[in-house]
Amino acid sequence: MGEDCDDAVHRLYDFLDGELDDKRRADIKRHLDECLPCLEAFDFEAELRMVIAQKCREQVPDGLRERISQALRHEPPLTPLPGPPPSGLGGGIPTL
Amino acid sequence: MADQADFAEQAMEFMPSLYTAALRMTRNPADAEDLVQETYLKAYRAFHTFQQGTNLKAWLYRILTNTFINAYRSKKRKPEQTEIEDIEDLYLYRRLGGLEAAAAGRSAEEEVFEHITDSEVKAALESLPEQFRMAVLLADVEGFSYKEIAEILDIPIGTVMSRLHRGRRGLQKALFEFGMERGLVGER
Repeated sequence: MGEDCDDAVHRLYDFLDGELDDKRRADIKRHLDECLPCLEAFDFEAELRMVIAQKCREQVPDGLRERISQALRHEPPLTPLPGPPPSGLGGGIPTL
Repeated sequence: MADQADFAEQAMEFMPSLYTAALRMTRNPADAEDLVQETYLKAYRAFHTFQQGTNLKAWLYRILTNTFINAYRSKKRKPEQTEIEDIEDLYLYRRLGGLEAAAAGRSAEEEVFEHITDSEVKAALESLPEQFRMAVLLADVEGFSYKEIAEILDIPIGTVMSRLHRGRRGLQKALFEFGMERGLVGER
């Protein structure tokens, strides 16, 4: 592996995460066009990530959705106070 | 300013991903359900502070992770492992034969990706120390950007990146070890 390969592997995650600027992204793309070992490694990492995301999904358990909807219905609505906004940091506790 | 009447309509659709994250964090279905419910209640109560047009999913995740850190983590008796050993780049790819395997017509991914089970992937993720597990979960399972993860976890972007790098390698090592245990892969 040459220097370009080291650089590509070093930036592999930033590349796959879409977090590189245009120039660095283009540099790595160019390298991948020319370097089969790096291309294979990048493909592997990209596919691994898809597999992880797919295999980690959970179904919401029966009843949880309803339990939460019910809990929300029992919450008193927050009514904004009429009049001037309370002073001080974060507003403080309104006096009734 | 967001109207509470709109809360359910906007927020309920994120329940599957919030529950997925809650279960990976708590590692226990009953705690995960409680964590999700508490998250929704807190979010409802604070919904008037949510700025419409900004990222509701990230906002909910921030409440979820804060609630987890404050409530569930303090329940643990023994401190958890907090570091990951140094692991080389491309750990799994290299262990699976890398380019040689690809040249021989059997790609490294085919060997493992088709055979590894959902519960093995979940267990591998859950084996990571919490700070790494959360970063990997937010990036690789939920697809948040570095900036969003930094805001959700309230850490600098550089810390997000280093936790992701270490966490992903740790995950690969754990996956490889599961594969070895089941005889899917062998040491080369």
